[in-house]
Amino acid sequence: MSEVRVLVGTKKGAFVLTSDGKRSKWKVDGPFFAGWEVYHVKGSPVDPNRIYAAPSTGWFGQVIQRSDDGGKTWEAKGNEFTYQGETGDHLWYDDTPRPWEFKRVWHLEPSLTDPDTVYAGVEDAALFQTTDGASSWEEMTGLRSHDTGSKWTPGAGGLCLHTLLIDPSNHDRIFGAISAAGAFRSDDAGQTWQVKNKGLVSPYELPDPEADVGHCVHRLAMHPSHPQTLYMQKHWDVMRSDDAGESWHEISGDLPTDFGFVIDVNFNEPETIYVVPITSDSEHFPPEGKLRVYRSKTGGNDWEPLTKGLPQSDCYVNVLRDSMATDQLDPGGIYFGTSGGQVYASADGGDSWEAIVRDLPLVMSVEVQTLA
Amino acid sequence: MIRVALPYHLRNLAKVGSEVELELDGPVTQRRILDALESHYPVLKGTVRDHVTQLRRPFVRFFACQEDLSNDAPDDLLPEEVAEGREPFVVVGAMAGG
Repeated sequence: MSEVRVLVGTKKGAFVLTSDGKRSKWKVDGPFFAGWEVYHVKGSPVDPNRIYAAPSTGWFGQVIQRSDDGGKTWEAKGNEFTYQGETGDHLWYDDTPRPWEFKRVWHLEPSLTDPDTVYAGVEDAALFQTTDGASSWEEMTGLRSHDTGSKWTPGAGGLCLHTLLIDPSNHDRIFGAISAAGAFRSDDAGQTWQVKNKGLVSPYELPDPEADVGHCVHRLAMHPSHPQTLYMQKHWDVMRSDDAGESWHEISGDLPTDFGFVIDVNFNEPETIYVVPITSDSEHFPPEGKLRVYRSKTGGNDWEPLTKGLPQSDCYVNVLRDSMATDQLDPGGIYFGTSGGQVYASADGGDSWEAIVRDLPLVMSVEVQTLA
Repeated sequence: MIRVALPYHLRNLAKVGSEVELELDGPVTQRRILDALESHYPVLKGTVRDHVTQLRRPFVRFFACQEDLSNDAPDDLLPEEVAEGREPFVVVGAMAGG
């Protein structure tokens, strides 16, 4: 019988939710690292019991925690994230130069082949890697020292490398996204990076709407069997690339608003994608107070609202960028967490939803492990 | 024996009680206490002071003998009561945020 483990990072700790493959009854464990802001928790695809978590606080900084028993017990590991060499400047909100300064880890992306190797996307935007199970971290300087780095500007949440996707068919190919710089691709396992923003248009945020960098990409998603196809939720606009990021085209179609943070792909249907539209950059809550996931079964443009089991009145939560994930069962399970502390799950591809836990602190990330 | 009182989150991280005791030979200063603390509890490296600059993190304060010593130089001698273990050197998370 399959088992599903949902890893939830919140503003005040981490939680582990488990269920059998029916996904109808859930056990909630936690909080782990109570009181810490947990930006991300993710397990190794090679060894699912190896899980990494990234708690931080404004008082005591960054800590990396590791579990070797599926999240039951945790051990604090190395927390030294030191930029290598000359750090240089990026742009501040007012366009003045600002030296790079490490703030926190936003995203942990474990290797597809080695449980001891993990990439970390951090604020201020840079890429770090551990190859010893998080005991030590070393910056891969090619991203931060990119030619365009001096033109990167923080988004409202900070200048963060928040998305990392590894191509399952070519582990040297990694996609990354930075708010607010845009999408990037490495073809040499993170050593060097190329900007991949062709086709992005940001008229409300940039003086040159088609600038090479500066786009506030909120999230990228990829189906593991179709790594040439990428989906993007940008500040405004839902976008798609069919050439591994070389060019993008808009697929917002008939969405009620194309502002949002999350985007993900159904594991069984590579052209079935999900977003949660948010009213606007000024109003970070669902339109009309109705929490609706929108699903496209055509890879974009044609969208249907999914409402069964979701609050359809007086709902003013947000769904943050790392807070949606999909399992690998059939029918596919979809999960997302809200700023109101609910984690919603659908065990039928999005047709119906239920809150599998409802009163957690603000949810910052959701990841799913499908266990044999 | 030097007594060091730790805030809640650092106690949990180091898996210790509210106070730890450290052996320290020679002059007792903030720097030498923190060196000894990090040596005994490596998991606390980077949580009280920066890994590289060794500067106190902005939202961490140091108290002892009802005085705020946060802005004293790291090599200043600490009060005799701390050096003799009669009073703890208190590491505090600043009152800020929620």
